[in-house]
Amino acid sequence: MEFILITGRTMHQGEALHAKCTDEYVEACAVCEMNPEDMKALGVKEGDVVKVISEAGEVDVYVKPCEGLDRGIVFIPMGPWANAVVPAGTDSTGMPSFKGVRVRIERSKGKVLRGDELVMRYAYD
Amino acid sequence: MPTIEDVVCPFCGCLCDDIVVHIEDGEIKEVENACKFGAHRFLAVKRNRIKKPMVREGQDFKEVSYDEAISRAVEILTKAKKPLLYGFSSTCCEVHEVAVELAELLRAVIDNTASVCHGPSVLAVQEVGYPSVTLGEVKNRADLVIYWACNPMHAHPRHMSRYSLFPRGMFRDKGKLDRFLVVVDVRKTETAEMADLFVKVKPGYDFEVLNALRTILNKGDVPMEEVGGVKKEVLKELVGRMKGCKFGILFFGVGLTMSRGKHRNIAEAIKLVRDLNRHTKFSIMAMRGHYNVTGFNEVLSWESGFPFAVDFTRGYPWYNPGETDANSLLQNGDVDAALVIASDPAAHFPKESVKVLAKLPLIVIDPFESLTSRLADVVIPSKVVGIEAEGSAYRMDAVPLRMKKVLEADGLLSDLEIMERILEGVKRKLSHKAELRVER
Repeated sequence: MEFILITGRTMHQGEALHAKCTDEYVEACAVCEMNPEDMKALGVKEGDVVKVISEAGEVDVYVKPCEGLDRGIVFIPMGPWANAVVPAGTDSTGMPSFKGVRVRIERSKGKVLRGDELVMRYAYD
Repeated sequence: MPTIEDVVCPFCGCLCDDIVVHIEDGEIKEVENACKFGAHRFLAVKRNRIKKPMVREGQDFKEVSYDEAISRAVEILTKAKKPLLYGFSSTCCEVHEVAVELAELLRAVIDNTASVCHGPSVLAVQEVGYPSVTLGEVKNRADLVIYWACNPMHAHPRHMSRYSLFPRGMFRDKGKLDRFLVVVDVRKTETAEMADLFVKVKPGYDFEVLNALRTILNKGDVPMEEVGGVKKEVLKELVGRMKGCKFGILFFGVGLTMSRGKHRNIAEAIKLVRDLNRHTKFSIMAMRGHYNVTGFNEVLSWESGFPFAVDFTRGYPWYNPGETDANSLLQNGDVDAALVIASDPAAHFPKESVKVLAKLPLIVIDPFESLTSRLADVVIPSKVVGIEAEGSAYRMDAVPLRMKKVLEADGLLSDLEIMERILEGVKRKLSHKAELRVER
């Protein structure tokens, strides 16, 4: 299914900010919030793993329902999971496009990596 | 148990200066008045710390002395043709001052986290100005509060209770009852749940909505029934409220700077506020993120004339975001070493930038372990400014505050001491190189 991805700050992300190599950071940021109707259409329930794919790359994250999101829009807290699918380029402003990224989401059997594992993988692969 | 009052919180751009910290046996035991972020910053100050300076040896790190780590850092910086100095938003202005001198001396590029936060806001301000105000004025006077593309409940938890919505002000003595809250966003956030009027915009359509509001304000109508997912009657209601208030404030977040339109969104928001001032008093303010991101922009502006993304390669300051900012430089392979201080670009930059950063000779100065420190060649631990070291910082409304030291951190150097020692080392190295050239 196709979605528009928004990334941003959450309270939980801000608290886990100084513990980035821990599971606390994974719980806070490796999460894709989605409208419950979209979750039903995708055939996933809370805590399942989904693969988020954009022109920049792909990443496995947990899915979580969010009533505040319209259908077709998903939210991932700012962090290395979100940034794995944020495209390169800044439209000549210096600012990457962290919000409004076109993504495809599918069910996944992949493993959700820890922050440091993910960065090491995409930095050195 | 020593109690320290009026402590300034080193977390977000609210820079709350009413924190009370209770200390017992050299540990922070209790924190009063802080939000969840602030309390956590104080109470967890000793968790996940980098304990010793380290240098990379293959896949591992070796603990070294401060002297050795600093001399390796000097070596990396002086060998590079075009190093990038980046970060700075979670440290004090005194460090910024030294960093600008270092950048000029090295002919380096210096940039801060504004380039992935409110950089586009700065571009817009340079184009159309900034009719802004202090948070104290908002507290005392605002009867219409608009949060556009931001979620203070999650990003600036005390903003509404301390400055904008709930406090009893001089002319708003009933607090919330004297104010009307509008939230404009692409999703119904916790902040939006509290709004008297919530306006939901389609992602990427903020410019159109802002432009439609200006058109209704200036011409009375727009020729379509819906703009950016917002019905015309809602837009007209909003314009009516904005024109009719006594003192309006539009707070905007990175929902405008990071989505389609970027600096154009902000310029349009500022123009709307400018137009509103023909009818009433209206102001605008960026919800700055890190506690001293504003301070860096102030210091770099008075030192070089530009607020972020300044390239000293030519020997004079050159400013061209889109070319001289951290992400453009990294993605274009245009820098050959980096010093990162008080920020974590490996966690917060797009993957393409992190890939390049990982391959550069990289120096990281930070109190805490970060994803960037995992990629570094030299890691230098520092004291936490605002808890273990004093310093100056600027609140989001550009009001400077003096941050206190409340705790000892024996064995660690402050960001300022580290940067001063790096600067001295670079000066020595460069004068030695110059002497060798003269001898030849």
